[in-house]
Amino acid sequence: MVRQFGEVLLAIALAPLFVGWIAQCRAWLQSRTAPPLIQPYRMLRKLFHKDVAMAADATLLFRTTPYVLFGSMVLAAAIIPSIATDLPFARVADAIALIGIFATARVFQSLAAMDIGTAFGTMGARREMMVGFLAEPALLMVLFNAFLLSGSTALPSLVEAYSAEPISLNPSLTFAGVAFVMVLLAENARIPIDNPATHLELTMIHEAMLLEYSARHLALIEWASSLKLFNYACIGFALFLPWGIATHGADGGLALLLAAAALIAKLIVFGAALALIESLSAKLRIFRAPEYLATAFLLAVLGLLVHLLLGS
Amino acid sequence: MLDPAAGPAVSHAAWVARDILLLQRHDLSWMLLLVLGWLFLGAIGLLRPHSLRFVARGLFPAGAVIGLGVALLGGVALLAGHAPQTMLLPLGLPDLPFHLRLDALSGFFLLLMGVAGAGISIFAAGYFRSGEGTAPGLLGLHYHIFLASMALVVLADDAYFFMVAWELMALSSYFLVVSQHRRPEIRQAGFLYLLMAHLGALCLLFSFGVLQGGNWQFSFDAMRSANHTPFWATMAFLLALLGFGAKAGLVPLHGWLPEAHPAAPSPVSAMMSGLMLKTAVYGMLRVTFDLLHVQFWQWGALVLVLGLASALFGAIFAGVKTDMKRLLAYSSIENIGLIFTGIGLAILFEACHLPLFAALALSAALLHALNHAFFKSLLFLATGNVLHATRRRSLGALGGLGRTMPWVAALALVGTLAIAGLPPLNGFVSEWLLLQSFLFTPQLPRPFINMLVPLGAAVLALTVALAAYVMVKFYGVIFLGQPREPALEDAHDANWLERMGLAWLALGCILIGVLPQIALRATGAVTRQLLGKTISFASPIWWIAPIAPKQASYSGLLLLAGTICVIGIAYVLVRVLAHGRIRRTVPWDCGYPWQTSRMQDTAEGFGQPIRHIFGPAFDMERELPLPSDNAPRYRIHVEDRLWRMVYLPIARAVQRVSDAIGVVQGGRLAIYLLFSFLTLLGLLAGVL
Repeated sequence: MVRQFGEVLLAIALAPLFVGWIAQCRAWLQSRTAPPLIQPYRMLRKLFHKDVAMAADATLLFRTTPYVLFGSMVLAAAIIPSIATDLPFARVADAIALIGIFATARVFQSLAAMDIGTAFGTMGARREMMVGFLAEPALLMVLFNAFLLSGSTALPSLVEAYSAEPISLNPSLTFAGVAFVMVLLAENARIPIDNPATHLELTMIHEAMLLEYSARHLALIEWASSLKLFNYACIGFALFLPWGIATHGADGGLALLLAAAALIAKLIVFGAALALIESLSAKLRIFRAPEYLATAFLLAVLGLLVHLLLGS
Repeated sequence: MLDPAAGPAVSHAAWVARDILLLQRHDLSWMLLLVLGWLFLGAIGLLRPHSLRFVARGLFPAGAVIGLGVALLGGVALLAGHAPQTMLLPLGLPDLPFHLRLDALSGFFLLLMGVAGAGISIFAAGYFRSGEGTAPGLLGLHYHIFLASMALVVLADDAYFFMVAWELMALSSYFLVVSQHRRPEIRQAGFLYLLMAHLGALCLLFSFGVLQGGNWQFSFDAMRSANHTPFWATMAFLLALLGFGAKAGLVPLHGWLPEAHPAAPSPVSAMMSGLMLKTAVYGMLRVTFDLLHVQFWQWGALVLVLGLASALFGAIFAGVKTDMKRLLAYSSIENIGLIFTGIGLAILFEACHLPLFAALALSAALLHALNHAFFKSLLFLATGNVLHATRRRSLGALGGLGRTMPWVAALALVGTLAIAGLPPLNGFVSEWLLLQSFLFTPQLPRPFINMLVPLGAAVLALTVALAAYVMVKFYGVIFLGQPREPALEDAHDANWLERMGLAWLALGCILIGVLPQIALRATGAVTRQLLGKTISFASPIWWIAPIAPKQASYSGLLLLAGTICVIGIAYVLVRVLAHGRIRRTVPWDCGYPWQTSRMQDTAEGFGQPIRHIFGPAFDMERELPLPSDNAPRYRIHVEDRLWRMVYLPIARAVQRVSDAIGVVQGGRLAIYLLFSFLTLLGLLAGVL
């Protein structure tokens, strides 16, 4: 139980820092002065203390959605084995249910964006759902690759199965890994599908849905978004880089500390890599997004077929 | 217990009467009594056919109570686990009295019909208005005959009685579909429905003809023990697939479904989509697993491919449709596709001697059938409320109804989230199980199938994700945003009977979602009967772990509890550490000074990505305005390619053939007599 709460609190605390780290790396790569690492925290603090300005005819759905988003992302963080596999709550949902939780958050966010009936809000909702219905099957196929290798859809069992084996480059997992990074970029509203730093409303996806939110609602949504990115990164670590995660039976205090250190190291490297990918690529036109995600989907399916053909 | 084997019909009647009079524990007699109760309710509606008060407020609630009774007895038949009960009725053909049978399979479907039917009946009690099409009494008659005939379909234990009940179901629902028969498009939809229903019935008739296997015994018992050569077994299976597929709306036999469902009054649409399509699922299971005892894996592969095709097809078309009931009808095709996908997998596994995995796939299919009865009925009924409040069916004329119809909006939200397959509601559980059964497919002896399974899983994943897109469009365009027409401002909410009906169905969605094991115990009884295996049940009751907890587990209840806890803590912390001040103002929308409700995405706009991505699937006509147009007009019309490629050529061919035959049919008696005379001569010549 302590492990469970520790992990959730760590995720909640680290998530904004991770986003801050990526922003810092991007600034360096683009020869700008980098904001401090804790900039996202300052942002959250400022937002929490502002007054909410909300459209007069916003309904209850609009007001509850930020809490639903935050709640589902925290729940997802409780399920993903980021530092330890022996989590009491992890049994509640396997990886497929985890995708379901992400889908719930997405649907709520899109519905809330349509609630007030502004042009940008509905446009953002439509685009978000489009990216969603293309990215979700791709993500499922990525997970299928991992499931076929480990014979389980529960993430903790997956991690335990992998970390028991020697490190080897599995062909089907390589396909899946590339597909996963593509999906991660799309699902978290990052370049090349969406630009988190954009100010052009017509190119927005994620930001367009948040235009009507302010103050504490916006803060919760931003926190939830950073948690989502953090969660995706942790799913990626569990699937492709499971080393360091404290497995069942070997998870004393020291092992947990080591696992946390390993997690932070992975996040630092992965964050820098993400910033590099984002700086090197250009944002795609929205019409090209289906092709991009179809590529990810096909790569993952290819991984499955490779697995079946090679039997590995 | 009755002895089904022998005895003249009269003594059987005496037996039944004694059973009923002495209140002996014979669930089948009680079930029959309840079904007769439905027929009785329909008949007494004719006493005062024009009194809406009598029929709607009196008879429909009584029908709902009977529905609950049917569900209770169905549940008892499922869970009590005693041997199937059979009964003979002193009706029917001279040497073929009506056989009835209540076993786990029929019990499950009776449970489904009873529970969902009760909600629909309560809703219908508040729904029908005077002056809408058929007189209330007549409507009540058709409605209750429809309910009773569906129950008799699943109770029938011989081919003859099955066909009688099947036709009764088709006819009564036809009359319900055309209850607003003054409108020509509704008559047309009704005709198409009747036509497809009869083509399907014809296939079933042939299928039973093959199934009797040459010994001219038409009871299901005889068919169960008949020996079929592989060829004839496959013929029977294919004919049954055609017949039941036409009723279920499998691609490419779906043509009638998006026409007939929107034409009917909403409670009838709900019954047709939620309950009637399930009788086709029942029939498929009865014939394939019970009568034919699954023989070839190819059958499963065929059903699997058809199911996946229907699922994807339905989801794509639901994405571009702009009529709310038509959208739901396409979504029904999608869901039926998912159910048949599960059945296909189950056949495949059973044929490959993997009964445990077959049980998993079949459980997923059955659970999805049950779930679909809840959420699709709920959504169809909600569209009924919207229709009554606004008189609009086109999504382009709706919007913002959440503010004027909070009850309907809140309850429809439950249905929307459930049908979109989101945890912790029921739609997610069945889709989860279906994915699990794809996933844990062990190596099958056929390499072809081994390839098919992951590709199938990919299509399934795409379909499930598309369904969420479609439902966001459905709910968002109707209930959220600003009203697209001024008249919507004073839309009225549902009345209390309608609310009760909606709430009952929404409760079902939530309950199966958080405690799926209750429903899975019921499907387990069916899989035990058909396959001899069940999935494993985890304890305590709020867990499910179909294969083994180590491999996959899920708990809707804990998921819901966890989410509520986190949300509660977050809410309290935000309020304590920050504040709760809110200032109500005009929408920001990037500072654009005025905006109208016309600036929101329309349903067409929401369907644009689907049209763009799946363009080749559609037969599309588009009319785009030029920049110089003074009165710009945007029009888009999306048709089903299959309509032009399959249905119209067949219709034209039939027309040509009948024209050719029409030459002979001159209408003069002398000519006809001449024909008979010539035929007689010909026959005589043949004999001599």
